[in-house]
Amino acid sequence: MNCSKCLQKAVFSSPALCKNHFLAYFESKVKETIQKYKLLPNKKIKLVVACSGGKDSTVALYLLNKWGYKPTALAIDEGIKGYRPHTLLDLQKFCRENKIPLQIYSFQKEFGASLDKILKKLGGHPCYACGILRRYLLNQKSRSFDVIATGHNLDDESQSILMNLCNGNLALSANLGPKTGAFSHKKFTERIKPLYFCSEKEVMAYSLLKEFEVSYHECPYAYLSFRGKVRDGLNELELSEKNVNERLVKNFIGLLPAIRKKYSSAKEPQACRICGEAGRQEICRACQIVEQLVGNKTTVLKQQTSC
Amino acid sequence: MEVYLERENKKRNLKFTGTAKELLEKLGINEAAVLVIRDKELITLDEKIKEKDKIKVVSVVSGG
Repeated sequence: MNCSKCLQKAVFSSPALCKNHFLAYFESKVKETIQKYKLLPNKKIKLVVACSGGKDSTVALYLLNKWGYKPTALAIDEGIKGYRPHTLLDLQKFCRENKIPLQIYSFQKEFGASLDKILKKLGGHPCYACGILRRYLLNQKSRSFDVIATGHNLDDESQSILMNLCNGNLALSANLGPKTGAFSHKKFTERIKPLYFCSEKEVMAYSLLKEFEVSYHECPYAYLSFRGKVRDGLNELELSEKNVNERLVKNFIGLLPAIRKKYSSAKEPQACRICGEAGRQEICRACQIVEQLVGNKTTVLKQQTSC
Repeated sequence: MEVYLERENKKRNLKFTGTAKELLEKLGINEAAVLVIRDKELITLDEKIKEKDKIKVVSVVSGG
């Protein structure tokens, strides 16, 4: 197969493009998303990129840095043995080589236990505790920034849309989209997804072609997740229904204004009684987890105020 | 030929000639979820694979 724009051999099938044309295509897709959805109105904006050391966030970090947005990288070390230490080493090397400031916060230091220890003690689904605590720290530690960019791609988004539908949790879908949030709140840092329209395959191809030294492995807990099952199902469907992820996301974007309108009048977030962070309940879900973990409310109060 | 399946961290030796797409079918791998690399170069699924080629199949799924 040859490149649809020149006579070179294609390295990517759909669209059929050679290396140089694929890199240009990918970058212009990300640029168009940033411009069309006004993700970053100017280069003075204080930008932080949520990084894991994996391909998606590294690609987002690389491009935003390349285009002069002067990002800071922010990573959360959940404490997943045999997985996260490697990805963080890759991230540290990448940031050092590209002169990007990096901040790393760990569950162990912030909550008193690694994810592995939390799961050992509390049981339950790994993604539940991990997701809540990771989002909590990302939000809290990005407060001195205007915007937090994540590496979420098209496949991530289509999976989230389906998962929320399956779980009857449409209110969560109001927070999806290239720029998240059905409402703004002083304690929520606005989140943007520059890779929103790039498929996971395109992000992987870009990362491989740029020869980024990143881990291409999966979180050891991922096989347990509902997301993993939805992803595999969508990939199966993709074989007979081309661009199923893209179709899902593009049709969802058409519905998003109505979903946001419906849920914008939902109850305003309130300050958590323990840590003061914004949440939907009297005690935020992160504090509920920590409370279960230490089994002592006083200790929780002390721990949280030291954050 | 030698095929390295990165996700499983496994090497397989097999007798095969055909396209990359046919190779994935033979291995029972969903083409929507992987990229194929030959000698460090990304290749498209219509590429003919020869007996002496070293192939790497990379899952596009990573992270958490």
